[in-house]
Amino acid sequence: MEDRIMSKLSLITKGFIKDNPTFVLVLGMCPTLATTTSALNGLEMGLATLFVLVLSNMAISALAPLVPDKVHIPVYIVVIATFVTVLQLLMQAYVPSVYAQLGLFIPLIVVNCIVLGRAEAFANKNGVIDSALDGLGIGIGFTMSLTAIGVVREILGSGSVFGLKFIPGDGILAFVMAPGAFMVLGYLMVLFNKYLKK
Amino acid sequence: MVLCLTLVCLFCGSILGVIYAVTQKPIAQAAQKALVESISKVLPEGGELSDAQQSQGFEYYTLTDGEVVTAYAVKSSAIGFGGSLTLMVGVLPDGTVYNTSVLSHSETPGLGAKCSTDKTFMEQWKNLGADKSLKLKKDGGDIDAITASTITSRAYTLAVSNAVEFVKSMNGGQNNE
Repeated sequence: MEDRIMSKLSLITKGFIKDNPTFVLVLGMCPTLATTTSALNGLEMGLATLFVLVLSNMAISALAPLVPDKVHIPVYIVVIATFVTVLQLLMQAYVPSVYAQLGLFIPLIVVNCIVLGRAEAFANKNGVIDSALDGLGIGIGFTMSLTAIGVVREILGSGSVFGLKFIPGDGILAFVMAPGAFMVLGYLMVLFNKYLKK
Repeated sequence: MVLCLTLVCLFCGSILGVIYAVTQKPIAQAAQKALVESISKVLPEGGELSDAQQSQGFEYYTLTDGEVVTAYAVKSSAIGFGGSLTLMVGVLPDGTVYNTSVLSHSETPGLGAKCSTDKTFMEQWKNLGADKSLKLKKDGGDIDAITASTITSRAYTLAVSNAVEFVKSMNGGQNNE
C-alpha cells in the first residue's frame, strides 16, 4: 500500500525536477520565453497550461484504446484544442484582466509541445488517474519554472517582484525583452542542471 | 478511422457550443463593464451619458447637462508598435483633453505597454489645454514620450489628436458663428 502511494506521489514529483519540462526536457519554449516578462505573468501562464495538461491527459488516456493508430495525432490535437478554447472562453468571461495580459498565448497552448508530448509519451499508455497525476506534476513543474524565470526577469528588468517595486526607476530593459528571456533561461538552466538535477 | 474522427470532432464541437453559450453573456458583460468604466474615467462627473453614436468613422458618447453638451468621449485608434492601439479620449467642447484611458493595445510588455501603467505619461493627458501642441517633444510638440517607446507614444498622441480634431469639427459644424 505504502509503495503504491509512493509511486503515485513520484508521478507528480518527477515533473518538478527530474523531468522538469522547461529546464530538463526543454519543451514549450515559445510560451516560456514570451510570457515570463513578470513573475505574475509566468505564474498565470503556468497555471493555464496546468489546467489544459491535466484535462487533456485524462481525456486522452480514456480515449487512447478506442482511437486507431493512423488518426491518433489529429484526435489528440482536437481534444487539446477543445480544452484550450474552453479555457480561453472561461478566462475571457470571468478573469478578463488576466486574459488581456496573456491574450494570444492562451490559444497557443494548443501547439505547446509539452501537452502533446505528455499525451504521446505518457497518457496513451497509462490509466486516467496516473495520467492526471502526470499532468499535474508536469504542470506544476512548468509553473514553477515559468515563475522562477519571471521573478528573475522582473527583478532585473523592472526592479520589482510580483508587481511590488523595491528598486526605484527603470530596470535593465533588455531583460524585459526577448534577448533577456534567452539569457535568463540559459543561466537558470545551467544552475538547475548543476545543482538540482542529481 | 473516419468514424472515430467524426465522433471525436462532433463531441468536442458540442462541448464548445455549450461553453460558448454559457460564457457569451459574462463575456459581453465584462466588455460592457470595461467600456463603461473607461468612459466614466475620461469624463467629468455629473450630466447624462448618451448611447454610442457614430460619425466620421468615430464611435463616441456625449455627456449632456440639460441641453448643453459638456464633454465627449471618443473611441480613437492608431497603429502602435505591436498593432492597433485603442483609446477612450475624453474631450471638452473647447478642445481640452479631459483624460485618456487605454481600451486595448498589443505593445511590448515593459516598454510600450507602459502607456497604460506609467503614471508620468498618463498624468500629462489630464486637463491638457487646447493650446498645447499634440505632438511628442521630439517632434516639436508638448508631449513627453515614454522612455524607449517613441512609436507607442507617437501612436497614443496621434489617437488623442485625432479625437480632439473630431470634437473640434463636430463643434465647428454645430455652432456656425
